[in-house]
Amino acid sequence: MTTTQTSASLRRPERPAATGARRPAGRRREGAAWVFLSPWVLGAVLLTLLPMAVSLYLSFTDYDLFNPPSWVGLRNYTQMFTEDPRYWRSVAATLTYVVIAVPLQLALALVVALALKNMKRGKGFYRSAFYAPSLLGASMSIALVWRALFNDGGTVDNLLGTGGWVNRPGWALLAVALLTVWQFGAPMVIFLAGLQQIPAELYEAAAVDGASRWRRFLSVTVPMLSPVIFFNLVLQTIQAFQVFTPAFAVSAGKGGPADSTLFYTLYLYDRGFVASHMGYASAMAWVLLLVIGAVTAVLFRTSRSWVFYAFEGDDR
Amino acid sequence: MTTAAPTTTAAGRKPPVNRRRVALHAGCLAALLVMLYPLAWLLATSLKPADEVIASLNLLPGTLEWSNYETALDGVNDVSVGRLLSNSLLIAGGAVLGNVLSCSLAAYAFARLRFRLRGPLFAFMIATIMLPHHAVLIPQYIIFNQLGMVNTYWPLVLPKFLATEAFFVFLIVQFMRGLPRELEEAARIDGCGPFRAFRSVVLPLTRPALITTAIFTFIWTWNDFFTQLIYLFSPEKFTLTLALRSFVDASSQSSFGPMFAMSVIALLPIVLFFLAFQRFLVEGMASSGVKG
Repeated sequence: MTTTQTSASLRRPERPAATGARRPAGRRREGAAWVFLSPWVLGAVLLTLLPMAVSLYLSFTDYDLFNPPSWVGLRNYTQMFTEDPRYWRSVAATLTYVVIAVPLQLALALVVALALKNMKRGKGFYRSAFYAPSLLGASMSIALVWRALFNDGGTVDNLLGTGGWVNRPGWALLAVALLTVWQFGAPMVIFLAGLQQIPAELYEAAAVDGASRWRRFLSVTVPMLSPVIFFNLVLQTIQAFQVFTPAFAVSAGKGGPADSTLFYTLYLYDRGFVASHMGYASAMAWVLLLVIGAVTAVLFRTSRSWVFYAFEGDDR
Repeated sequence: MTTAAPTTTAAGRKPPVNRRRVALHAGCLAALLVMLYPLAWLLATSLKPADEVIASLNLLPGTLEWSNYETALDGVNDVSVGRLLSNSLLIAGGAVLGNVLSCSLAAYAFARLRFRLRGPLFAFMIATIMLPHHAVLIPQYIIFNQLGMVNTYWPLVLPKFLATEAFFVFLIVQFMRGLPRELEEAARIDGCGPFRAFRSVVLPLTRPALITTAIFTFIWTWNDFFTQLIYLFSPEKFTLTLALRSFVDASSQSSFGPMFAMSVIALLPIVLFFLAFQRFLVEGMASSGVKG
């Protein structure tokens, strides 16, 4: 027996020495691992890393898909930040939408999850029924329904007499945000699963100490649920930054009225694929990447002060 | 009061709990009605004649206009709904096959096998879940354009065979970590290599996670609009989602009937999938955020 084999058999005593007779078992399994990984590695290199590098390069060029890219240095970026008012309107529309839609959606998801938590009958039914819009909401069909409901003479106009929201700057964005809120089911399901993992003893102990319902919510539910709240917050924020279909449908692809629904992705599509300014669109994509990265980093940093990991190190 | 007596005998403080429960159910049902209104409106409008869409404020159609569906079945731009439907199915089916295959392979390596750089690569894989699609979109488009694959289904399906949707890799990794190791150890003692162990032991046990992956992939691909909008431009290659797009420009209420009839047809597969697999969907979603 060689020394490598003894150390291997020390770690796995039940393993018969015969299987590793030809080659050291570790190396053979290392090779197998790379076979399993090969599609993923190919995808990560060819469809993620390489494109990221290429789009970084393109962001410093003028490129229209037909003529070779020509180097323009930082011009795309300076034009974007200083000479393009539509760019800033798209930034404003996107940020406004994220700030309205995500907190509303998560708050509703949490309230409904709390309501369903201790329900004895009908919980499964409500959980599924409230979840359904999350699957349907991303479709073009529902986006078209939304436009009709919030249009002049649509249901909302008839009900509230506000006129069609989709034709009024400011209100159109709210209509799109409500479509996001409508899809609160996905985070709600995740909240519900998190709530069910909170040990009942904690509530019992709090009740014995005379804590009110509100107090129990603040001192038991919120800290115990904080990792799940954080997970939902990060995921929904990242998704909200990338919303496209409803804004496209509501504004017929133009981001109107008055650029109020010109979401970042919509403007990126317009610059890159309608106007064929691939360099400019690449610069926009990289700014989006950096902003999402920065927002995620900020969320992670602040999370240290409010996210409470009770079972740290329990995950093997 | 006397009629309520039998229920109160069991425990002294039952009535307030019951009242709270009734209020809770009433609240949930009311919320459900609001939530489902857009869907009811869609179904109703798809059956309304044109004059009713404009004039009537009733949700329910006065007369059922089934010809809306006949018009919708003719399709858009001389391409029938049957063709659009099979195009959508082809893309979604390819995506499902690709994701299930490639993501389960990668997940097995991350969950069970040892290799150099496993930690950093796993972290990288997790990071790509958060990577905005748009950051790689344009170069990907250029690559597929160079390969002559624009206006084919390859750009929509090929990436799925390369495990680019890291969310599903993560989902399957989480599931595989929960499986007992003893079964694989036993298989290895019986002389199974990692490939046999994967195919004969791990994969069958992973079935719930694979079904979740398959259903989510189907629904997300079916709903996807952005990628299809960029890569497909011949009407005969359009999917249902893309065909609906042509209604985006024509916003007159007179075309509401056929337009929403087609919307119903486009939503039908998702609704059927949801009804058939809701347990997998809800539980798959629940497990993505908890026990992480």
